[in-house]
Amino acid sequence: MIASRLACPRFGPVLAILLSSLALAACSDDGDDGDGNRPSSSSTGGGGNAQAVIDNYAANVHANYEQVLTGVEALKNTVAAFVDAPTEPNMKTARDAWLASRPAYLQSEVYRFYNGPIDNAETGPEGKINGWPLDENFIDYTDLQPTAGIINDPDTFPEITTALIAEQNEAIDEKSLSAGFHAIEFLLWGEDLDENGPGARPASDYVTGPTGSADNQDRRGTYLQAVTDLLIADLQTVVAQWQPGTAYAAELTGDDPIASLTKMITGMGSLSGGELKNERINNAYQTKDQEEEHSCFSDNTHVDHLNDAIGIQNVYLGKFGGNDGAGLDELVKAVNPELDAQMKADLESAIAAIEAIPTPFDQAIVDEAAGGGREKIKAAIDALQKLTDTTVDVATALGVTLNVE
Amino acid sequence: MRWHRKSRGAAAGAASVALSAALAGCGDAGVPFPASIGPEPGEELSGGETTVFDVSREAFTRPGRNLSVDHREDFALGDHFFNRTWITAPASAEGNDGLGPLYNATSCSACHFKDGRGEPPEPDASFVDLLLRLSVPGTDDHGGPLGEPRYGTQFNQFAILGVPSEGTPSLSYAEVAGSYADGEPYSLRQPAYAFPQLSYGPFAEGTMVSPRIAPQIPGLGLLEAVAEDVLLARVDEDDADRDGISGKANRVWDVERQEMVVGRFGWKAGVPTVGQQSMGAFAGDIGITSSLFGGDDCTAAQAECAAAPNGGHPELSDQKRTWITHYALSIAVPARRDWEDPEVLHGKALFDGAGCAGCHVPKLVTGTIDGFPELSGQVIRPYTDLLLHDMGEGLADGRPEFSADGREWRTAPLWAIGLVETVSRHQFLLHDGRARGFAEAILWHGGEAAASQERFREMSADDRAALLRFLESL
Repeated sequence: MIASRLACPRFGPVLAILLSSLALAACSDDGDDGDGNRPSSSSTGGGGNAQAVIDNYAANVHANYEQVLTGVEALKNTVAAFVDAPTEPNMKTARDAWLASRPAYLQSEVYRFYNGPIDNAETGPEGKINGWPLDENFIDYTDLQPTAGIINDPDTFPEITTALIAEQNEAIDEKSLSAGFHAIEFLLWGEDLDENGPGARPASDYVTGPTGSADNQDRRGTYLQAVTDLLIADLQTVVAQWQPGTAYAAELTGDDPIASLTKMITGMGSLSGGELKNERINNAYQTKDQEEEHSCFSDNTHVDHLNDAIGIQNVYLGKFGGNDGAGLDELVKAVNPELDAQMKADLESAIAAIEAIPTPFDQAIVDEAAGGGREKIKAAIDALQKLTDTTVDVATALGVTLNVE
Repeated sequence: MRWHRKSRGAAAGAASVALSAALAGCGDAGVPFPASIGPEPGEELSGGETTVFDVSREAFTRPGRNLSVDHREDFALGDHFFNRTWITAPASAEGNDGLGPLYNATSCSACHFKDGRGEPPEPDASFVDLLLRLSVPGTDDHGGPLGEPRYGTQFNQFAILGVPSEGTPSLSYAEVAGSYADGEPYSLRQPAYAFPQLSYGPFAEGTMVSPRIAPQIPGLGLLEAVAEDVLLARVDEDDADRDGISGKANRVWDVERQEMVVGRFGWKAGVPTVGQQSMGAFAGDIGITSSLFGGDDCTAAQAECAAAPNGGHPELSDQKRTWITHYALSIAVPARRDWEDPEVLHGKALFDGAGCAGCHVPKLVTGTIDGFPELSGQVIRPYTDLLLHDMGEGLADGRPEFSADGREWRTAPLWAIGLVETVSRHQFLLHDGRARGFAEAILWHGGEAAASQERFREMSADDRAALLRFLESL
């Protein structure tokens, strides 16, 4: 990767949302207002048991966020051990824990885009959990700015706390991100200055005393632990909202099935056609900007893309982890078996197309060779658009008209 | 916050029918209003079928709801470059360099954060969101402002390493006391600008300075899509209808078409298109050249500026220019909130009754815009006529711009104004951000708007509150 001042100069941590209008317009606390436009409940699900699908969805969402939380709690332990004894092996253990926590989080991104607990307009912590891309100089030193960042500015920020990190997130602009997975990623890997591999921050950045590298090693360690604590706290609020039978989970499962199905499918379409296809893949493909990748410090972007797509598939099939319950597929199959088969095939194709992209992603976007990275990426973009189109058909079949073209 | 929706007509079209499922749960029981003061069907959809439903801090960052797949891709790409921070050339980050040599900001979003509105600088802070335009008496080849000979047409407080910046402006306010007819006092702040440090010598005699705050930017494409004859139909330069409101179209130079056309954008409607406005800002504010504006704004007095390395010819490729222009054209206007609320409806009636709607025209219909069927033929509620009006001495900048004289300003669109505080976390209004909220903004209105201002001043406290609530609902 080439050097520049911004490792991932792409902005909008809560990114443009394909179906935001639909998501935000959907409210769940009203009865029918008699305007005659709402598809009646009897049309819901085309004869299937929509309520069972929604109940299963809520349970899966909860299980998914619990798994994210478990992963990040494991990360916290490894981070504590690393800061306590900043050795290369301990750093690798922390990096491995970060990598291990990512698939579950990416699978959960399909629960965004409808003003639910993760990205509620007022309270949603998404921007503090997975905001990207971030300006590393806002947090810590970089190659070109050796004294940059909150960590190296004890005069302005005498004490590094979770509250400070929460408050500083987006304090200046879209890229002044202080919190979340990618902040932790930067603190564990450092800038990605290597074309063939991820960032190579030395463990000695956390070693105080004469053998340490960089400055403010103790503050760096404090920051790493505090930002991990903040991530846990934010995830806990989301898990609590999805606690079965309570809070948001109760709202969703008790609402008119059409409203809840709308949210489920809105999440799918917004992720496939908007966030994943446009923001994370097509932008990089079109600009050939090697710093467009989502997890740019760790070169883990391919895992992000894949698990976003798996998350979409999970919702359609009613799956998560070991659970394979009632899914949208059963509702669709009851009204249009061909469409169900098409949707399943499109999901598989999109996943396969993403898996076929060579890694690291920041090299694939400039690989012009026949059968090389760019060809594969274009195929994935097309597959995601096809999936999005079919998702609209699925919505229509279930009495939900989605606002995508 | 709840979305309220009563009925929707069958003519709403496929795009809006799309929302039926989501919206159906959101109507209230519905208090009937007499037709005369009741909500107009669809009036909450400020941007027609492009309207989005978002009350969050991201409310101004959404693509039009009816945008095509291709335009959504362009939107995402344009968004990328809108937020990109430009750096000094030469840099290893290809296509990312060319900042300056003189500049006001390093990215579009520095001033339009989340596509929102800029704010004037705190005392002693740098001028970023607030631009100072400069000119001397006379006009350029096309009748536009003639730049100050040493400093050009705008003051650049920043420069890349090795190039002196143009200097440091300063801003101070004087409080001016006043009171409503009912005796309630208010205070307005009158800004004063000074240039305690100037790097390239004193300003030429007669130099005029016009401060301009970065406005919020939803809905620009819809304003571009309004047909010229629709705007011209409202022109009444000699006030033939004797309503006290004249309304004049600015005639400005279209750089791309190389002809004089009606101006629409900028605080004095000095720019004809979103594309020209965007590329003009890239060149003038960030120092990034494009095929539309190919040269850096260095005057003969600025040798270091002229000698500085650049980031290519042009620094912004035509592909990026297209993405950015498409982005700026297709940022959606959020829907109104609480438009059926009795107090809001009362405020709307007062707005109309005080004559505000004479210039802040509630409803227009767009014409066609090439390549953008999404923006074409839309019923929109921008609350502007895009025309110039004499706003009185209090707001005058004394600096002409094409046909606009030193007292004239373009009617500011009021759509989405109620969400400015949510998105930008302040409510500094008017062209230089002097007004602290809606009431002060209204109270500054003079000239053709003096009678309306006076009617507001004479309203009861309850009526004033209702009028402000109406503005909040936009």
